[in-house]
Amino acid sequence: MTYKKGVTPYLYFIPVIAFLIVFLGYPLIETFRLAFTHSTEPLGNFLRVTRTGEIWKALKYTLAISAIVVPAQLVLALALALFINMRFKGYLFLLYIISIPLALSDVSAALMSYSIFSPSGYINKILLNLGLTDTPIYFFGRGFESRAFWVIVITEIWRATPLVFVIILAGLQSVNKEYLEAADVFGFSRWTKLRKIILPILKPAMLSALLIRTLFAFQIFGVTWLLTGRDIPVLAGEAYYWQSIRFNSNVAASYGLVIAIVSIIISWIYLVVLRSKEVEGARA
Amino acid sequence: MAEVSIQEVKKYFGNVKALNGIDLKIEDGKFVVLLGPSGCGKTTLLRCMSGLEKVTEGKILFGEKDVTNYAPKDRNVSMVFQSYAVWPHMKVYDNIAYPMKIKKFDRQEIEKRTLDTAKLLGISELLDRYPVQLSGGQRQRVAVARAIVLEPAVLMMDEPLSNLDALLRVLMRSELKKLQERLGTTTVYVTHDQVEAMTMGDLIAVMREGVIQQYGKPEDIYHKPANKFIAGFIGSPQMNFIDVQIKRKEGKMCLVAPGVEVECTPEIAKKIESGKHDRLIMGIRPENIHHIAGKESTTIEGKVYFTERLGAETIVHLKVGDMRIISKIAGDEIFEEEKTMNMYVDTTKIRLFDPESERSILD
Amino acid sequence: MKKVLILLVSVVIAIWFLSPVVLIVISSLTPSGEYYNPSRILPRSLTLDHLRSLFVTLGGWRATLNSVQVAGMSIGISFLFGLPAAYALTRFVFRGKNAIRLGILLTRSFPVLIIGIPLLILYMRVNLSDTLLGVALAHTSMVLPFVVLISSSIIGGVSVEYEEAGMIFGLSRFASFMRITMPLVLPGLAASAIFAFIMSWNEVFVAAILTVGNRTLPAHILNAAMNAPDYFKFAAGTIMAVPAMIFIFFTRKYLMSLWGISLK
Repeated sequence: MTYKKGVTPYLYFIPVIAFLIVFLGYPLIETFRLAFTHSTEPLGNFLRVTRTGEIWKALKYTLAISAIVVPAQLVLALALALFINMRFKGYLFLLYIISIPLALSDVSAALMSYSIFSPSGYINKILLNLGLTDTPIYFFGRGFESRAFWVIVITEIWRATPLVFVIILAGLQSVNKEYLEAADVFGFSRWTKLRKIILPILKPAMLSALLIRTLFAFQIFGVTWLLTGRDIPVLAGEAYYWQSIRFNSNVAASYGLVIAIVSIIISWIYLVVLRSKEVEGARA
Repeated sequence: MAEVSIQEVKKYFGNVKALNGIDLKIEDGKFVVLLGPSGCGKTTLLRCMSGLEKVTEGKILFGEKDVTNYAPKDRNVSMVFQSYAVWPHMKVYDNIAYPMKIKKFDRQEIEKRTLDTAKLLGISELLDRYPVQLSGGQRQRVAVARAIVLEPAVLMMDEPLSNLDALLRVLMRSELKKLQERLGTTTVYVTHDQVEAMTMGDLIAVMREGVIQQYGKPEDIYHKPANKFIAGFIGSPQMNFIDVQIKRKEGKMCLVAPGVEVECTPEIAKKIESGKHDRLIMGIRPENIHHIAGKESTTIEGKVYFTERLGAETIVHLKVGDMRIISKIAGDEIFEEEKTMNMYVDTTKIRLFDPESERSILD
Repeated sequence: MKKVLILLVSVVIAIWFLSPVVLIVISSLTPSGEYYNPSRILPRSLTLDHLRSLFVTLGGWRATLNSVQVAGMSIGISFLFGLPAAYALTRFVFRGKNAIRLGILLTRSFPVLIIGIPLLILYMRVNLSDTLLGVALAHTSMVLPFVVLISSSIIGGVSVEYEEAGMIFGLSRFASFMRITMPLVLPGLAASAIFAFIMSWNEVFVAAILTVGNRTLPAHILNAAMNAPDYFKFAAGTIMAVPAMIFIFFTRKYLMSLWGISLK
């Protein structure tokens, strides 16, 4: 590495920083401005969606989905990672299969769910053919929100678990084998090894996965919009609705602002926790 | 071929003073070793000489030319890196030929030089292989070949032997030195290994915390170290350091400590007088502490704490008062632990250091 | 006994992850008659009709091309801006380096979808709305930080001493980077480029907001295909999924090492 004084190194960053200022910084500020710009009162846009209760509904669903999906992903991903890490014959093949959803967009995942759960989808066809029902079971549509909710949950878990899996697997592999071998010599059971050695070492990776996934869970859009439209409203879905269908950028921006604020809070928590871990580590 | 002159060079990394005023003259054709512990600045100095780092202050001259602001490629220098840095995506032949290719030599010249250099380094059969197929020692030879093929003004080597196993290291020490003697290239060699420095260098510059502590021939550095640090850094086992008081006994000047009484030679006594010291640090190398009395000798009395029998020599650790003193004795001898021994010091070989400045008061 | 258990669990996992993909492909190839026939779970014959119609009549081909162009532009701009920054992050030591790196890292947690709304307004003023370039620029803000961080780690994986050796033996810093480091980092960069391509390819929210006529494939699905019969939806989903999976398949080894997973 070369130590550089003066202005030269910063020149290498000017394009990147300029770009991000224009395309991330400016929109962020604009989102604020748009959200609070109203013909009569500054909070007018928010009032519009709080009075009808729609924002609370969207918030509730977004939170509910995140609260179920994120922990489920963590647990499943951990289980998968532990399984794969046993390195049995052919594990590589299974590893690649698990990674398949990483290439998929939420749109594709939603459509896959649709092909399974739609009225003419595979589940209904199987049930009809087995004689377990006479008419198709509806998973989507008005009045079937609770079913649709669970389809969305399952789809999201299916789609995003591999993302967490990859992070955890990498963390798992960095666990020094000697710790585990020492545990064997001392007669630890499998379960104790997991609890006392593996999980503590995995904590940073899991924490980072947790925070990243929570961040993105709040931005859920494609799956809910494609499967249920506004029947299951979520923050991003409402933003899209108000922008592209109602052509009201101000209300749309208000939703955007809510998402932005939640993201900032989560990132801030992440930084604080990370910083305190560094301090902890330094002290130790 | 060039004489290298380093004038008042300073290199700061932010607040860290890696080089804090270096003045060094390297004569044409000499093999100079930069020796010191990690962090002393030796690698930084080498990198400044090569142009990979820019100096904060000072000048570097090759012969008459001021190269201080030249890029590495314009300095006509060459380097063997610690990790060899042999380009992995090129065959050995191409690695050696590349410097010439860059300078647009013609094809025949390139071929001739590459083959000759490969022969010199004993790697002619490896020319068609890729670095990943070679052992560490072979890769090192490729790095050296690449470095000498253009006959640089200054050849630089950054701890080239530290990644080799012990046996190979011993072999390569002599090979590298012989190669340099044959080529006559001015060479600057960085190492933390004092054995390498002593066996290979024409001159050694001992560095510590960004300054050169002493610059001289290996034997001068060994027998006349300028300060306690250098005295302790060179020589294995390490020189013994004893805090002594100065006492007069029957007209003779003596250096005393619990269990130790050493009579000074007249020359040394004179130095002590003129300096008006009453306390000093005495340094005496293990090989100059004997268990059989010689002509000029005075005593250290202690109990045997531990012996290391190495076959060709025996290292005896003695407990003298609260101190541990080490003696190196030729041959394979057995000493029982806890046995009291009287050791005899060769007083002509004593070194004396001022307790505060740690500088040698002799020479 | 243990082996049987492992096999069983593996099969379950494989089915769980593979079946939705396989099923949608089958659905996209199912003739409409069979699809609506309740007594047929799996089709007796397969057809390419849906895929063909999607491409031809429903604007699928156009949308796919748009997606390719947008993704291509995004990675082009990202690498153009990002590589120098990545190089500086890896090879230089300077004040504020950690702050810059942290800043770029933080932008990865930025909810990129919210930029869609203000950008649309900005674009309308500068005539960029409903253009592929506009979407590409928006996507770049998502891809650029990724490229900087990934390239930085890839370049960092190639020892600086190779470059320095090049500089000693007659190359300038830039020439040394191009002739010595580049060939060594190219495979890794190519794999990350593919992953970045897929990031843009899959992005739906911003693309949908910023375009009306020039839609990318996912935006198009959101709009037009939703009103089309089911089998077109599946055809669209297949077209979105299959190329991405093929790309990932070919670069799987690099991606694994990118994520820090060793494949011993």
